[in-house]
Amino acid sequence: MPEIKVTPLGAGQDVGRSCILLSMGGKNIMLDCGMHMGYNDERRFPDFSYISDGPLSPFIDCVIISHFHLDHCGALPYMSEMVGYTGPIYMTHPTKAIAPILLEDMRKVSVEKKGDQNFFTSQMIKDCMKKVIAVTLHQSVMVDNDIEIKAYYAGHVLGAAMFWIKVGSQSVVYTGDYNMTPDRHLGAAWIDKCRPDLLISESTYATTIRDSKRCREKDFLKKVHECVDRGGKVLIPVFALGRAQELCILLETYWERMNLKAPIYFALGLTEKANNYYKMFITWTNQKIRKTFVQRNMFDFKHIKAFDRQFIDNPGPMVVFATPGMLHAGLSLQIFKKWAPNENNMIIMPGFCVQGTVGHKILNGAKKVEFENRQVVEVKMSVEYMSFSAHADAKGIMQLIQHCEPRNVMLVHGEAAKMEFLKEKIQQEFNMKCYNPANGETSVISTPVKIPIDASLSLLKSEAKRFSALPPDPKRRRTLHGVLVMKDSNVCLMNVDDACKEAGISRHVIRFTSTVHLNDPGPSLTTAHKLHGLMRGEVAAMVGELLGRRDLGGVGACEGGR
Amino acid sequence: MMLDCGLSMQSLLNFLPLSFVPSNKLMNLPNWMPSDTSDPDLEGELKENGDRVFVDSPPEFCPPLDKLIDFSQVDIILISNYLCMMALPFITEGTGFKGRVYATEPTLQIGRLLLEELVIYIEQCPKASFASQWKNFVHKCPYPLNEAFKPKSWKQIYNMNSVNASLSRIQMVGYNEKIDVYGALQVIPASSGYCLGSANWVISTEHEKIVYLSGSSTLTTHPRPMDHHALKNADVLIMTDLTQTPISNPDSMLGVLCVVVGLTLRGGGNVLIPCYPTGVVYDLFECLSGKMQELGVSNCPMFFISPVADMSLAYSNILAEWLSSVKQNKVYVPDEPFPHAMLVKSNKLKHFKHIYSEGFSTDFQEPCVVFCGHPSLRFGDVVQFIELWGNNPRNCIVFTEPDYDYIEALAPYQPLQIKVAHCAIDTSLNFTQANKLIRDLKPKTLVVPECYTQPPVSAPNLTELVISNHPDSTVIPYKWGEVINLPLKRKQGQVYIETNVAQRIMPIEVKPGISLSTITGVLNVKDNVHNIQDFSSENKINKLVKYEWGSLNITEFLQKLAQEGITDAKVESLGGNVVVVHLQDEDALIQLEDNSTHVVCNADEKLRTVLRNIVMQCLKKF
Repeated sequence: MPEIKVTPLGAGQDVGRSCILLSMGGKNIMLDCGMHMGYNDERRFPDFSYISDGPLSPFIDCVIISHFHLDHCGALPYMSEMVGYTGPIYMTHPTKAIAPILLEDMRKVSVEKKGDQNFFTSQMIKDCMKKVIAVTLHQSVMVDNDIEIKAYYAGHVLGAAMFWIKVGSQSVVYTGDYNMTPDRHLGAAWIDKCRPDLLISESTYATTIRDSKRCREKDFLKKVHECVDRGGKVLIPVFALGRAQELCILLETYWERMNLKAPIYFALGLTEKANNYYKMFITWTNQKIRKTFVQRNMFDFKHIKAFDRQFIDNPGPMVVFATPGMLHAGLSLQIFKKWAPNENNMIIMPGFCVQGTVGHKILNGAKKVEFENRQVVEVKMSVEYMSFSAHADAKGIMQLIQHCEPRNVMLVHGEAAKMEFLKEKIQQEFNMKCYNPANGETSVISTPVKIPIDASLSLLKSEAKRFSALPPDPKRRRTLHGVLVMKDSNVCLMNVDDACKEAGISRHVIRFTSTVHLNDPGPSLTTAHKLHGLMRGEVAAMVGELLGRRDLGGVGACEGGR
Repeated sequence: MMLDCGLSMQSLLNFLPLSFVPSNKLMNLPNWMPSDTSDPDLEGELKENGDRVFVDSPPEFCPPLDKLIDFSQVDIILISNYLCMMALPFITEGTGFKGRVYATEPTLQIGRLLLEELVIYIEQCPKASFASQWKNFVHKCPYPLNEAFKPKSWKQIYNMNSVNASLSRIQMVGYNEKIDVYGALQVIPASSGYCLGSANWVISTEHEKIVYLSGSSTLTTHPRPMDHHALKNADVLIMTDLTQTPISNPDSMLGVLCVVVGLTLRGGGNVLIPCYPTGVVYDLFECLSGKMQELGVSNCPMFFISPVADMSLAYSNILAEWLSSVKQNKVYVPDEPFPHAMLVKSNKLKHFKHIYSEGFSTDFQEPCVVFCGHPSLRFGDVVQFIELWGNNPRNCIVFTEPDYDYIEALAPYQPLQIKVAHCAIDTSLNFTQANKLIRDLKPKTLVVPECYTQPPVSAPNLTELVISNHPDSTVIPYKWGEVINLPLKRKQGQVYIETNVAQRIMPIEVKPGISLSTITGVLNVKDNVHNIQDFSSENKINKLVKYEWGSLNITEFLQKLAQEGITDAKVESLGGNVVVVHLQDEDALIQLEDNSTHVVCNADEKLRTVLRNIVMQCLKKF
């Protein structure tokens, strides 16, 4: 039986640094190429030496990037320009537009702020993006003669896609990160009943059935409103794209409805530009935004204004969105240092923070944060964590499995313990195999083969005709019998007579004749009638039996034998 | 399967224009009656201007005729581009249609704009009465009304509810998306380069391929370039929607247009460009704004007036994935792909829903360029602009859309002083391009409208303006209403064999290079996909049928008889290949011929079985 081999180089029983190797039908495909935000050493990039010590081009046929988050595409320039890969890279149009900006942003933070050596350069990002081929949803793309890929809407961030990959008769769906419930600006993930041999699904929220999103939003707005009412300042560290837009829509409509006057600011630069991407790629957002964008583009915010560093010391309440999201550098950290000591202020962390970042520390309740220059900041402001992350929860993952009907499931991009739980559940509920390999561990999935062959229409039609002539019976099995003719390189299934004709041979017919003597006085015609009457019943039964066999084409010598 | 769903709108030219401000000129046209008729019902239905007669009634359209086929039997409709779907509500609503309609996202979005615009244009000018009697007197009317095509089948326009209901049936597809049609066919849209989201369709099974080529363009304008590759080596290529202006070339027409606009504006005149709210008009905005800058008339504003102007401008800038790579790359910056977004921001291009919309009268300044619909000049704001500017020879009306004859379009308004320029820009394939394409694509059979096989009526001497004969392709011309048979006979389908069935295949070489093997299995048909699976183990053996073939070897046969203890066989040749074997003790006669054996035996069942087995052992099997 043919096999599909999957080896995670990242995202195997962990979150962060997605990078999965897929081998099937003699082709090797890399799914995502992410970096780990929590590390500063070589562990931040996937271990490409697993594949080869030299350039990767001879070993990888194509790279597929699911969306622009750096834990899914952050290692791409490193892989293509520094390790060496010249083959095609596939991603959707919005991902192609936004990924280089995030990569550049991260490069700046890493090189200029942290002083990292051996990091890729701006030019490398540009060179890498030249290798990218943008795909549209549902378009069937032939990577080469054997690999076919197709993108489906994943809803996780703008341009996020799930990919269906087919080589020969085998197929795999890789979900990337996805979201099964529509949110304020994105739609829900969707896939058709493509019945892949393997579904590789993320499982960030493998055990959670998330509470109603509306409640969390209400909670968030209430907290912001209270803080602003008491004259406090609200800091929301965000990544430029994704959650930021959703929270902006949320605050914008709330401000409008409640007629609030406190200013909302957006850190200049990246985020503002980011809104432009959302305007341009409005076809990737949800139904509601698409419908109303002509009258009012959801991403033209009335209440949200550009932020200037001088505003940090302004008196009075305000809400500020600033990058980066984990408070590890940049403007958000600068604002944090100023506002943290005042208990009237509040910080809302809307996303996951990796270990080692200031964000991670304060979320764990640190009351004092020490910086490199021995500066110590007291944290008196209230710290709130609020997850708006758009991942599928356990229910969503089960839904997706139901939608696409895979033969096997593999869980990646989640915590090991949670995966185990979900794995059990999937095996029980769907009675299918579920895998969750660790990084560097290879799962081998064997798949049944189906060999497509040509069949003559007359064979198929005569079978269909016979079958439909029979009284309907749901238990009746249909059978097909034919002769496979292999002539030169042509292979075709046909009925036996056509096959003989095609091969230029004749079937052998055996005939038996016996003479039976009867003694019946009277005219011979009467005898004939008598015989006819007697035989009618007998022969009918025999013919019936024969026809039954003929169904299978079981005529020939046996028929002659009777 | 229905390929496209276009609406013939030539009928419009026989009607009087609809004006929402009553026009003295049009209202006071004299009635016309056929010379020998005095039917009072006909009174007032026909009006006369110059040598033309017009119907005074809400305009009517000529939808695809419903007598030929039953629309409820149509399974799918494929829409090539937004100009080929104007009849969709006539087909899908109220006909029992239950099928699916496939179109790309821009085709649906922009097509919706065109359908809505049409409905708004007509509904905003309600007429008191519908004329119908004139249809009985068409033969008595002067040209061109007397040659009107099947006027009794003409219909009033649909309403907005039918538009919405009809469009809600459309399933959006992307280029190169493989669409499965009931498991029987695969349909793939391929970019045709003609307009935003325009597609050619590849309809295929495992063995047959039909390509439907509709509006296509090899010119570089704003849409994604045409995809040739997918169209190659078809069994049948159906080619339609070639250029309507075979004599002129779109580039030089654009040049003329720019000169005319420049001259008119410099002379203090206004330019009126009747147009659709989408399509080439995007290129005109881009090209004209540049040219006006060059000519120093950039202070003259451009007005774009259509009930869907704002939607059209907005949609064009969010459909980056469907644009040429130059335009597409702009969104990576991120910039709007079309410069008209900038032109709107800088007030060079102003758009309004109607001329009576708020703000238009304050913004309106002359001289200016006005883009507005409808190109037939029978409804829409263009009617008012002709009233306004028609008597001033400094103004100019420029026809850029190729769909309507401009002389006929202007006929009800004559006499006019306004200058008239005809710069029809049709980017569809011309005959040279089409012939080259056919040579590249090499279809076995080419199906084209009959009119493409003859020089155009307007230029009968230009014999090169035809689809020429191609050595690799048979040409089948078709006419309206004709039923043609495509030379395509399906002989083979596809079945899938599962592993354990495949493992039992034992090919027997019956002749050099030809092997045979029987296959028997459970047939599972789901969504027209045939799978052959293994029998469950219990009754596997007796279903493995083999076939004997060829002739018996007489020596081998006698040997085997001997082994069974039958030694008294007497062999007698009857000439030819006929041999008779006489078993004297058993009283049996066996006649052996090519491919057949006849056993005459009155003995018991046992002997017959023995003989049968021996014969079968001596035969070759597969």
